[in-house]
Amino acid sequence: MYNASNLKKGLKILLENEPYVIIDFQFSKPGKGQALYRCKLRNMINGAIVDRTYRSVDTFEKADLRERKMQYLYNQDNEYCFMDVENYEQPMLSSEQVGDAKNYLIDGLEVDILLFGDMPIGITLPNFVNLTVAQADPWAKGDSVSGDSKPITLETGYVLRVPPFIEEGTKITVDTRTGEYVTRVKE
Amino acid sequence: MLPGSKNSPGKGDQERLAAKSENLRLRARLIHAIRCFFVDHGYLEIETPHLIPAPAPEVHIDAVKVGHVFLHTSPELCMKRLLSAGYPKIFQICKCFREGERGKKHLSEFTLLEWYRAGFDYMALMDECEEMVISVSRDLGFGQSIPYQQGHINLERPWERISVEEAFNRYGSMSMEKALKKGCFDEIMVEEIEPHLGISKPVFLYDYPASFAALAKLKEDAPDFAERFEIYMGGLELANAFSELTDAGEQKTRFETDRRERERLGKNVYPFPKRFIESLSDMPSSAGIALGVDRLAMIFADALNIDDVVSFVPEEL
Repeated sequence: MYNASNLKKGLKILLENEPYVIIDFQFSKPGKGQALYRCKLRNMINGAIVDRTYRSVDTFEKADLRERKMQYLYNQDNEYCFMDVENYEQPMLSSEQVGDAKNYLIDGLEVDILLFGDMPIGITLPNFVNLTVAQADPWAKGDSVSGDSKPITLETGYVLRVPPFIEEGTKITVDTRTGEYVTRVKE
Repeated sequence: MLPGSKNSPGKGDQERLAAKSENLRLRARLIHAIRCFFVDHGYLEIETPHLIPAPAPEVHIDAVKVGHVFLHTSPELCMKRLLSAGYPKIFQICKCFREGERGKKHLSEFTLLEWYRAGFDYMALMDECEEMVISVSRDLGFGQSIPYQQGHINLERPWERISVEEAFNRYGSMSMEKALKKGCFDEIMVEEIEPHLGISKPVFLYDYPASFAALAKLKEDAPDFAERFEIYMGGLELANAFSELTDAGEQKTRFETDRRERERLGKNVYPFPKRFIESLSDMPSSAGIALGVDRLAMIFADALNIDDVVSFVPEEL
C-alpha cells in the first residue's frame, strides 16, 4: 500500500484494477490549503494516458507486476509466443504489445516479459542483439553518393543503415534502445 | 532552468554549485534589498525562536517534530506576541519548516519574510507590498519590468486586484460557492486559477471565504468573507496576508475546530498555543503578511524550479 507522499515519477500503482505508471508528477499546495499530488499516468496495458489529482489522505494499491525470463518462440496471426525458461509456460503477446521489439525477435532470443498477475503486458529486450543481414547491396567502391552508410534488411525484416562494407549473411550487433548499428560480429 | 539543476550523476557537486553562482548572488542582493526597505521604513528587525512548543494548529500545515518541541512553520505566533507587547512595526527573515512539502515550488525548509504593522488593514498592506517589491526590484537593477518566462511582469502601480469570487468566475470551471460545496476549492484554485494569475502584472487575490480565514479577521459588512489576500506573480503564490484577527475568543474557537479536524485526519495534534491566545486581547488592530523569499528569488532569477535559487536541496545533502 502506498500513500500520497510516496507518489513520484516511475511509481507503478493499481487504478480501477489496472496497472498504471506515473509518467509526470507535480506536488502543489496553496499556502493554507491542502497538498495536492497531480499525476499523469499511463495505463500499462493499453497505453492510455490519464490525469489524476490526489490528496494526502488517498492511498494506493501496488500493481502486481513481475518480470520473467522468457525465450521467443514464433509468431502467428499477429500474436507472438514466448516460453518461460523456468516453468515452460507459453504466454502470447499481441503485435501492439510487442511494438518495435518485433524488429529484433529471432528464434530463441531471451527477453524479459512483464506480467500483470498472469497477463503478459510488456517486453524488455536485451540492450544489444546480434542479427544476420538478409539483404544488402554489394559495396560499390568509389561510390561517393551513398556516403558513409547504406540501407540493409535484417533477417527480421528490419531495415537500417550500416557502413558500406557490411555484406549479406554478415552478423551485426544492433542497439535495441536506438535501433542503430553498433558493430560487425566477429565469428 | 540552470544546467546541472537536475540530479545528473556525471556532474560534480562543484560544477553544480558553480552553475548557481549568478542566482545565489542575486538571492543575496534580494535579501539585502528587502532588509534595507524595512529598516528605511522604520521597521524593527526581530528574531523569534525556531524551536517552539506549540505551532498554530492549521489543518493543512504540518510541523516537523524535534524531540519534545517543533520547528516553527512560520514566526506568526511569536511575532504577534511582540505586536501585543507594543512593537508596532516588525519584520523577520527566517527559515521555516513544513513537513512533507517538496515540489518544483516547495521546499520543506524555506525562507520566509514576515512583517506586521499596527494600524494597518489588508488594503493598506497591499499598497506597502507594491512599494516594497518595486523598491527591491529597483535595487536589483530591474526597474518596473521583470522578464519572466518569455514575458514581462510589469510592476507599475496599481497592481491588479481581484476577489477570490471574481477569480472563480473568470478562470474557474465553476463558481466559488459551488467549489466550496463540492469540496474542491483547492483543486480549482491550483489547476484552473493560479496559472493565470500575475502573468503580466502582479495580482492581489483578496477576500477569501470565511472557512479559509485561518488567522484573518472577517469582514464586518460581509462576514462570509475574510480580510485575507495573497499575492501572485508569474502564476506563483508569493505571499499570504491578513487583517489580523484580534478577538481571542474567536481565535480560540477556530484553533479548537482546526485541532479537531487535525485529529480527525489522523494528523499530529500539537499542544494548544495558550500564551498566544492570552496575548491576543492586547494586540492592536494590525495587518501582517508572510512572503516566500525563495519564490520572489525565482521571479527575479527567471526560474521555474525552486531548486535553482537555493544552494542545496534535501536530495543533494
